[in-house]
Amino acid sequence: MSEKKIVIKKKTPSKTVLVTGAAGALASQVINRLREKYKIVAVDFRKLTYHSDDIPSYKININKRGFEDLFKKYDFDSVIHLGRISSGEETRMNRYNANVIGTQKLLDLCHKYGINNVTVLSTFHVYGASPYNPALIDETAPLLAAELTMDLVDSVELENLANIYLWRYPELNITILRPCNIVGPGVNNSISSLLSSKFSPVLLGFSPMMQFIHIYDMADAIALSHQKAKRGVFNVATNDWIAYQEALTLCGCTDIPLPSIPPILPRAITSLLGMKMFPSYLINYYKYPVVIDGSNFNETFGFEAKTPLREIFRTYRELKE
Amino acid sequence: MSLKSFLKEKLVSKELNDQLDKIDKPVGTLGYDPWGFNTDTNKIVISLFSTIYDKYFRVETTGIEHVPATGPVLIIANHSGQLPIDGTLIGYAVSSREKSPRLPRAMIERFFPTVPFLGNFLNQVGAVLGDPTNCSKMLKNGEAIVVFPEGIRGSGKLYKDRYQLQKFGNGFVHLAMKHNTPIVPVGVVGCEETIPAFANLKPLAKLLNVPYIPIALPFVLPAKVRLNFGEPIHFDNDEPSEEQVTRRVEKVKSAINSLIAQGLEERQGIFE
Repeated sequence: MSEKKIVIKKKTPSKTVLVTGAAGALASQVINRLREKYKIVAVDFRKLTYHSDDIPSYKININKRGFEDLFKKYDFDSVIHLGRISSGEETRMNRYNANVIGTQKLLDLCHKYGINNVTVLSTFHVYGASPYNPALIDETAPLLAAELTMDLVDSVELENLANIYLWRYPELNITILRPCNIVGPGVNNSISSLLSSKFSPVLLGFSPMMQFIHIYDMADAIALSHQKAKRGVFNVATNDWIAYQEALTLCGCTDIPLPSIPPILPRAITSLLGMKMFPSYLINYYKYPVVIDGSNFNETFGFEAKTPLREIFRTYRELKE
Repeated sequence: MSLKSFLKEKLVSKELNDQLDKIDKPVGTLGYDPWGFNTDTNKIVISLFSTIYDKYFRVETTGIEHVPATGPVLIIANHSGQLPIDGTLIGYAVSSREKSPRLPRAMIERFFPTVPFLGNFLNQVGAVLGDPTNCSKMLKNGEAIVVFPEGIRGSGKLYKDRYQLQKFGNGFVHLAMKHNTPIVPVGVVGCEETIPAFANLKPLAKLLNVPYIPIALPFVLPAKVRLNFGEPIHFDNDEPSEEQVTRRVEKVKSAINSLIAQGLEERQGIFE
C-alpha cells in the first residue's frame, strides 16, 4: 500500500479586484477584508502605498493614458472606486477633473474590458443640507447639494455620471454607495477632524441630527456590496442618531460657538479664518439635518453596523486624554 | 455632568421617569430618534410643563380616550394663538392621560427649523417639520401625530377672527387613507385668547422672512383651555378624486367645528 502524501496548497485567488484611492484609511480596511479571497491591485493618485508583498500598488492618475495598461496587465474582474478628492481639497477644477472626468474614464475602461462588478463610493452630502429636509431621506430624493454650494458640484456630478452608466450599461452592475459621516481611526474628513479636535466650532442655536458610521463597518459594507454585486443606489447608515453638539460633548470637545444669523456671517468667519475642518461650503450641514434611510441597503445586502455610537465617541475622547 | 443630566436629576421625579419610560418610543442608543426627539429633554419639559398645564391654563379634556392606545393616528385640531401652545397642550394631554399614555408628535410650520435654539428645542420635545414624507414615515412607525391643517393661516389669524376655521390643506386626508390611519378631531377652545393679536405687520414679516409679526400683548394670558377630542373618523383608500378628498376634509372640519362649539358652550368665561 502506497503512502498518500497530503499537500496543503495555499489557494490562489481566481478573481482580481482594482481598488482606487488605496492610500486612504477606508481603502486599506476594504483591502484587508478582501485580500484572502481576491487578488488585489491598489492604485492611488496621491502616493504609493505598501499593503503587502502580494498586492501590487501603483501611484497613477486615472486620467493618464498609462492607467489603461493596468486593465491590460491584470484582467480585472471587479472595481472598487474609492479614490476621490474630498471637497475642500485642491481647486474646484482639479476636483472636477479627478472626480468626474476621472470616474468617467474609469467607467469607460470598465465597459471596454467587460467588468461586471463596480462599486462607487459617493457621500450623503449629495442630498444637500436644507431646513426643509425630511428625516430618513431615501435614495429617490433629489440631489440638492449642487444648488446650495458650488463646492459640492463634483460630488453630485460624479453621482449623475455613475447613474447614467448604471442604466446605460446594466452589465457593469454598478453599486453606488452614499454613506453617512464615516469616522474612526485614520479617517481624515472634516467631521472626523471636528470630533478629534479639543475645540470645535458650532453654530449658535443649531445642533442638527447626525449619523455616524465607523470606518470598520463602512469597510464591511463595501466588501458586502462587492461580494453581492447588486446594481443600484444605496444609502449606508446606522439606525442611530445624535445631535451634533452632543456628539462633540461625548467626544470630549469644547464647543466654540459662531454666530449663526445672518447666514452670511458664519460663512465669512470660516472663510476668513480658513477653517479647514469647518469649511464655509459645509456650514449648512452643521445647521440643518441630513438624516438618511439606510434600510434599503441593510435589507438588500443583509448589513448591520456593529460599532455603537458610544464606542465611536469614546475612542475620540480617549485620544484627547 | 451635562446641563441636561443635571436638569433631569433635579426636575424629573422617579415616578414621572418610570411612567414615561413605559411609553414605547423607537429611539436609538443615545435617546434620539431620526427627527431629533430626545427622551431626556422630553422628560424635563414634561416635568416643567405640568404646572403650566394644570395651574396656568387649567386644561380640561373630554373624549381623550378616542386616541387609540397603539398604532398610527392623526390628531387633527384647529390652530390658534400665534405660538404653538395648542400643540404642546394636546401633546401633554395625551402623554399624561392615565390609561395608555402616548407621546404624540406635532407637525410644525416650515419656518421653525430656521430659528436658532427654538427649532432644535421643538424637535427634541417631539415636534417635526410638517412635511408629507416625515408624516408618512412616522405613521409607518405607528406614531400618533398632531396636525393643524390650517397651518399659519390658523395660528397667525387675528383676534377678531377667533374660532373661525381657516382653509384646511387636503394632505392629512391623503395620508390617513394611504396609511389606513384613523383621524381623531380635536376642538381647542381657549388658545385663541392666550395671545390675542390685533394686527399683523405683513411688510415687516416679509422683510424678515417670517410668517407673521402680530401686534399683541407681550405676554401669554392665562385663558382656560378646553380640549375636546371627537370620535375617530375612518376613510377608505378607494382612490377618490381630489373633489371627494376635499369633501372628506370638510367632514373633519365640521367635526372640529362641533367640538369647538361644545367647548364654547361649556365655558362660563375666558378665564373660567
